[in-house]
Amino acid sequence: MSRQSFSGLSLIWRSLSKHGSWQQQWRKATPKPRYDAIIVGGGGHGLGAAYYLAKEHELTNIAVLEKGWIGGGNTGRNTTIIRSNYLFNESAALYDHSLKLWENLSQVLNYNVMFSARGVMMLAHTVHDIQVFKRHVHANRCNGVDNEWLEPAQAKEFCPPLNIQDNIRYPVLGAALQRRGGTARHDAVAWGYARAADALGVDIIENCEVTGIRRDAGGAVEALETTRGVIQSRKVGVCAAGHSSVIMAMAGVHVPLESYPLQALVSEPVKPIFPCVVMSNTIHAYISQSDKGELVIGAGTDAYTSYTQRGALHINTHTLDAICELFPNFRRLRMMRNWGGIVDVTPDRSPIIAKTPVPGLYLNCGWGTGGFKATPGSAHVFAWTIAHDAPHPINAPFTIERFRDGYLIDEAAAAAVAH
Amino acid sequence: MLLIDCPYCGKRPELEFSYGGQAHLARPHRPSELDDQAWGEFLYMRTNTKGVYAERWRHARGCGRFFNALRDTTTDHFLAFYKTGEARPTLDAAAALPATPAAERAP
Repeated sequence: MSRQSFSGLSLIWRSLSKHGSWQQQWRKATPKPRYDAIIVGGGGHGLGAAYYLAKEHELTNIAVLEKGWIGGGNTGRNTTIIRSNYLFNESAALYDHSLKLWENLSQVLNYNVMFSARGVMMLAHTVHDIQVFKRHVHANRCNGVDNEWLEPAQAKEFCPPLNIQDNIRYPVLGAALQRRGGTARHDAVAWGYARAADALGVDIIENCEVTGIRRDAGGAVEALETTRGVIQSRKVGVCAAGHSSVIMAMAGVHVPLESYPLQALVSEPVKPIFPCVVMSNTIHAYISQSDKGELVIGAGTDAYTSYTQRGALHINTHTLDAICELFPNFRRLRMMRNWGGIVDVTPDRSPIIAKTPVPGLYLNCGWGTGGFKATPGSAHVFAWTIAHDAPHPINAPFTIERFRDGYLIDEAAAAAVAH
Repeated sequence: MLLIDCPYCGKRPELEFSYGGQAHLARPHRPSELDDQAWGEFLYMRTNTKGVYAERWRHARGCGRFFNALRDTTTDHFLAFYKTGEARPTLDAAAALPATPAAERAP
């Protein structure tokens, strides 16, 4: 299936006909009785996995099943921060693989995902923060991941709205800056992957919720029961984020996940004022400015597990208290919207991208509070895992069995949002 | 914010409490006799139920005591509160949940 190519020239050309000649970007597919592979979950990770399966592994009889609408889950609910400054070798390899894919993603997909390497600055407020961040800086440099230490004056120079006075409760004592980090347009990631996958023949099936997993006499996956009928497939990849436990329970697989609400909010739109991404783990402030002008603010997780996609207001106000101290000139901004997403958190705050004990069933979950940044890399290695029935070297350490064997990848410090 | 009914102190705002995760997980009496699979299950595997979930809370900024609650994780409504050591209450049909679209059931 050929698709219209997007370019500046085509935009100008079609504007002459009042934009009346744009095609739909992906088909509204109806389920076929059988597929070579099915991806459960139409977020960035799932759509991306389908795209890479079709593009790099020549499996084109694929469906993506989404119970709502594509990109309507955590892909559309996150704060779009992209970085790869994780502490351990395994994580640095995974997240930096992703960051390198981000850098060319718009060109590869012919879809503007608006990746902007504007720099991600993580603030230190205590002596412990300083020690931890410097350790991160050194570990990252050993892994070829850029990360540098800034003194408060340098942090202020990089981000002028930042308050570095020492008369606040938690003064800024320094910062770690990853210049290659930044943001991207979250919806465009889902749409771009959907469009590119559809062009390769992938069926994207919305409003189709999986209700059961059928297995053959040998225990292998043979079909999915859905709200739109039974669909046969011998390979099923699950990218269901907060609902991964629910899906895996259908196949009797235990997963070390707990699902928590994580909230975010945006301010009214203002002119460009905020040049980078600033994160403060210690006092819970995550902020950047979208191209529309809204300040995008990430709050923390609620204390309890839930599937409600909403959280409590005091979590948001706690974050806003911190934002107002760090950026006093935002104090009179009004907040426009807030929302929640359900994040699947593992005990070591690292994801699971792996085969499961059930033959033909593959799992990509446990991204917790920080899965958006990993979208292209996660999708890429997950597609490899499904196609080869074996993990890619990058995701080989991210198994379920690490919780049995004790090979944890403990990124609780780097995962940023306090759990 | 949740309103939590501590069995000892009565209804208090969520801010006074800390969350204790899944309830009724008994620590094995002889951990060293478990194999890795069983110990891993105890340490890390959780039902993460979508539906009625038995969970622990601690009235940390109050009486300090642990207790259990039944909460519907699809609505965040509490269905019962009970003391640690008591059996999980059975809910009558009226308190039963509306089915989720996929009719998932708590294990």
